[in-house]
Amino acid sequence: MDDKIVIASRVALELAPGELVNLGIGLPTLVANYLPPGVEVFFQSENGLVGVQPVPEIGLEDEFLTDAGGSPVGAVPGACAFDSAFSFGLIRGGHLSATVLGGLEVDEDGHLANWMVPGKMVPGMGGAMDLVTGAKRVIVAMTHTAKGAPKIIPKCTLPLTSVRRVDLVVTELAVIAPTPEGLVLREIAPGVSVEQVVKMTAARLIVPADVAQMPVAA
Amino acid sequence: MNTSAVRKADGRLPKAVGVERAAEMIPDGAVLMIGGFMGVGSPHRLIAELVRQGRKDLTVICNDTSRPDNGIGLLVVARALRKVVASHIGTNPETQKQMIAGDIEVELVPQGTLAEQVRAGGYGLGGVLTPTGIGTPVEDGKQTIVVDGKTFLVEKPLRADFALVAAKRADYRGNLEYEMTARNFNPLMAMAAETVIAEPVEIVPTGVIAPDHVVTPHVLVDYIIQRSRPNGR
Repeated sequence: MDDKIVIASRVALELAPGELVNLGIGLPTLVANYLPPGVEVFFQSENGLVGVQPVPEIGLEDEFLTDAGGSPVGAVPGACAFDSAFSFGLIRGGHLSATVLGGLEVDEDGHLANWMVPGKMVPGMGGAMDLVTGAKRVIVAMTHTAKGAPKIIPKCTLPLTSVRRVDLVVTELAVIAPTPEGLVLREIAPGVSVEQVVKMTAARLIVPADVAQMPVAA
Repeated sequence: MNTSAVRKADGRLPKAVGVERAAEMIPDGAVLMIGGFMGVGSPHRLIAELVRQGRKDLTVICNDTSRPDNGIGLLVVARALRKVVASHIGTNPETQKQMIAGDIEVELVPQGTLAEQVRAGGYGLGGVLTPTGIGTPVEDGKQTIVVDGKTFLVEKPLRADFALVAAKRADYRGNLEYEMTARNFNPLMAMAAETVIAEPVEIVPTGVIAPDHVVTPHVLVDYIIQRSRPNGR
């Protein structure tokens, strides 16, 4: 199965009915496609909307209704629009149940780096720093490695997004929970062994006696 | 009732101007706030006209520099900018190229901080205290303040010479209404500049926008860009 689907479908299980959730651009956006039946979640887009949904039909796009990447979206009944200060008041003020973001590095302190590679890629942090600092739960959805190199490492080498410890890291291989004691391996993907995950992870992993199997999309 | 007798606080009705005239008011080297998020809710006619008139050395405060062929991205490609204060430039390779070459100064600011800096500038505040950016490169060179045991960054207010805002509708007095995600930074910026130029999609008679639906009150708006054709669309 496609790694992205494994990750997105697993993250979707973290979201509870009625929550207000912000999905980052790219892989995290896919999470909306895998919500379990009956789970209604309100998606926020930081450019000023609560109630984002896909454009219901090709041809119904509106140039003034877009996601944070500038792509057309739809809006659910009951959606509301607001300015950027309010939008980040929702985020920073603790009103956001969860944010799902991509990552470049996560370390043993649970710190995330995801906004720049000095000298190579300087896109800017956009809303990421506010999201990681202010959301009630921060879920990192990323591939376990980049070109074979582990992304979960002892100490971030890239500039941090926030000093707040993230709550969960979901990769195609594992679900890892950063805790005050360190990174705890909670789940492993079907067909993957604990040893394989440990080998692909540069950071020290705390491996409990019971590591569950990751539920993934059927 | 003669509605034209009702005046702005400074004694003028907002003046309807052509886009050429509006752009001519903005000198080289001016500090601009420009609304929009990836070009959505940006004043596209004003931007195109600034490019056409060859404006130079502008400082632009904005959420992002969009793409090279869209919105504020056009000003970057035209090399009209000396400095950009923005939260994101990743979708415009030209901004990054000019930044690396040293042709343009780029100050990257977390998006929520940028919104609050603009708000503070417009609301007469001395700045804002935010937890965002603590322990990251954003903290470098900034003051921190501890409130009840929690550390905050002091972020200063931002103001501009001109705010260029896009709106869904303006009425004859200059009350503005926005549409969906095209609102973004526009109402904040309309509070934070010496001169506010609004580029509405439609201009409607005063009263059509109900008081509860007015987001930017007319007292803030100095100029309204005329429609390109009579009677709108």
